[in-house]
Amino acid sequence: MSMAAEERSARAPWALTAPALMLFVGVLLIPLAMTVMLSFHDWGQYKGIEPVFILKNWHEIATDPYYAEMFWRTFRIAILTTLLTALLGAPEAYILNRMSGRWKSFFLLVILGPLLISVVARTLGWALLFGGNNGLVNKLLMSLGAIRSPIPFMFTETGMVVALAHVMMPFMVLSVWAALQRLDPQIENAAMSLGASPATIIRRIIMPQIMPGVLSGAIIVFSLSASAFATPAIIGGRRLKVAATLAYDEFLNTLNWPLGAAVATLLLVALVLIVVGSNALIERRYAEVFR
Amino acid sequence: MAYLELDRVAKQFGTQTVVEDFSLSVGKGEFISFLGPSGCGKTTTLQMIAGFLDPTRGAIRLEGKDLTAVHPAKRGLGIVFQSYALFPHMTAAENVAFGLEMRNVSRNERTERVRAELAMVGLAGYEDRHPRRMSGGQQQRVALARALVIKPSVLLLDEPLSNLDAKLREEMQIELRQIQRTIGTTTILVTHDQNEAMSLSDRIVVMSQGKIEQIGTPQETYEKPASAFVSQFLGKTNDFAAMIDRTAAAAKLVAGSWSAPAPAGLNGAVTVSVRPERIGFGDAGLTAKIVTRIFQGNHWLFQCESECGPAIVIRQNDGQAQPAEGEAVRLSWRPEDMSVRARAVA
Repeated sequence: MSMAAEERSARAPWALTAPALMLFVGVLLIPLAMTVMLSFHDWGQYKGIEPVFILKNWHEIATDPYYAEMFWRTFRIAILTTLLTALLGAPEAYILNRMSGRWKSFFLLVILGPLLISVVARTLGWALLFGGNNGLVNKLLMSLGAIRSPIPFMFTETGMVVALAHVMMPFMVLSVWAALQRLDPQIENAAMSLGASPATIIRRIIMPQIMPGVLSGAIIVFSLSASAFATPAIIGGRRLKVAATLAYDEFLNTLNWPLGAAVATLLLVALVLIVVGSNALIERRYAEVFR
Repeated sequence: MAYLELDRVAKQFGTQTVVEDFSLSVGKGEFISFLGPSGCGKTTTLQMIAGFLDPTRGAIRLEGKDLTAVHPAKRGLGIVFQSYALFPHMTAAENVAFGLEMRNVSRNERTERVRAELAMVGLAGYEDRHPRRMSGGQQQRVALARALVIKPSVLLLDEPLSNLDAKLREEMQIELRQIQRTIGTTTILVTHDQNEAMSLSDRIVVMSQGKIEQIGTPQETYEKPASAFVSQFLGKTNDFAAMIDRTAAAAKLVAGSWSAPAPAGLNGAVTVSVRPERIGFGDAGLTAKIVTRIFQGNHWLFQCESECGPAIVIRQNDGQAQPAEGEAVRLSWRPEDMSVRARAVA
């Protein structure tokens, strides 16, 4: 190969990826860097944003327990949502996988349903069912005498977890489903022929093999729930804020952009650390299954 | 005394009959092969014995007891699957130990038996390997050890060698036969490979379209095929249209210019089947012309055009001069080397 050709072939990958790379830099890296820089700027009620380098916002977040509470709530909700989707989604995927053709596609559509409906419409649907005294379900249960006061749903963490789990379910089901597809179709028969009961087969044979699917689904659900905005905004509103709605309020209501930027940056950094860390752990633990 | 008995077993899926009227008694320690093309019902029959499918009709008995009433997990059969179906998240030793664990065998005994079983299939030292880090042949051995360690009453093998390459398959055949002889477990092998069935089994059950075509020793099924299907499926064969002529003083069987004394019991149009290696070139017999001559090392393969249609002849490469392509020859064979069946005349 001549020198020129060698040079060309070394440059080719850069040249070919340049358009995508520029888009990536332009719409992601630069705004992100600006947001990080913004979090170090000063802000005052009357003076607005001052482009100086101070740690005021970060100091405020670190010392004011209000922010700690916000972040703990965010992650508590994300963890509970993840647990709920795993507990319901994994068996759901297993049952779905065992269904025959026509029913399988029908129920797959049902599971994917939440993704096809606008998040606002879906969350307001929950509000219609459980929203205070006028919620449909609450009204019905109260008129039947099953409950005395309405089940609290709006402005509660429980409500947020339930509504988030509903929309996050497809990610968990599809992730577990993908793991189930890799299973040897005879594996349950093999275990049964060796004397294993159905419960043992699920616990000892199926569960360990779909665990990587559950965990990768959990990572998706966790990161999406922790950064979710629309559902917490509708269910929790101003009364029950999470990190994402807090950042939004700082930006658009208080107009304290630097503080909002600090909150957003912290959420991003925390999420990246959690996701990358747990991913590394999972890959090490399940090396044999992934191979 | 039959050890395992299948009594008129049938399986239907909807209106489709997959296995029909399957009756077989297997003696203790016997090695039986179910041989047939794909879709002949051999795997379905095996799955009914294993209990993964329920027969629509008929009974399956093991030592006189109804097996269909026993849950598959309680049948105590050892099964090796085509895909091996090893547990990928467990090591070789854990895979083999699983059946013993389900039987509440103590940890010490378990370790000992697993080690012995893996050693028997030639995998001593591979205890801590995971299946994905083993070759196809090694996985196959783990699957065999896992099925055998529970001391099964019957070992069921579902095309276990079909995923191995030719050389390894031959090695495993020999090994499988040796292991089976040593431990004496009654074994049923499902295969579509006639060589595998012939080299491994005591008896072969040849199946086609859900029905048994013939049950017999490998030699019987090869040399005295009960039907045209069996003779075609087990090795190569020549079918010649012939007539039995009872008008002459001594009744004769005639095919073109070849003739022999007529066998008893048949009349009119018949089919004569002769294996290619049983046909010789002589001075009398079927007139034929050699179309192609192929040298295959230890033997010659001749494709001939005879007066009764195409014929294949195989001759040992014994150093004698062989006829050349285009040469006119006469084909003959001994009466005991052929099988004669009635032929429907259209």
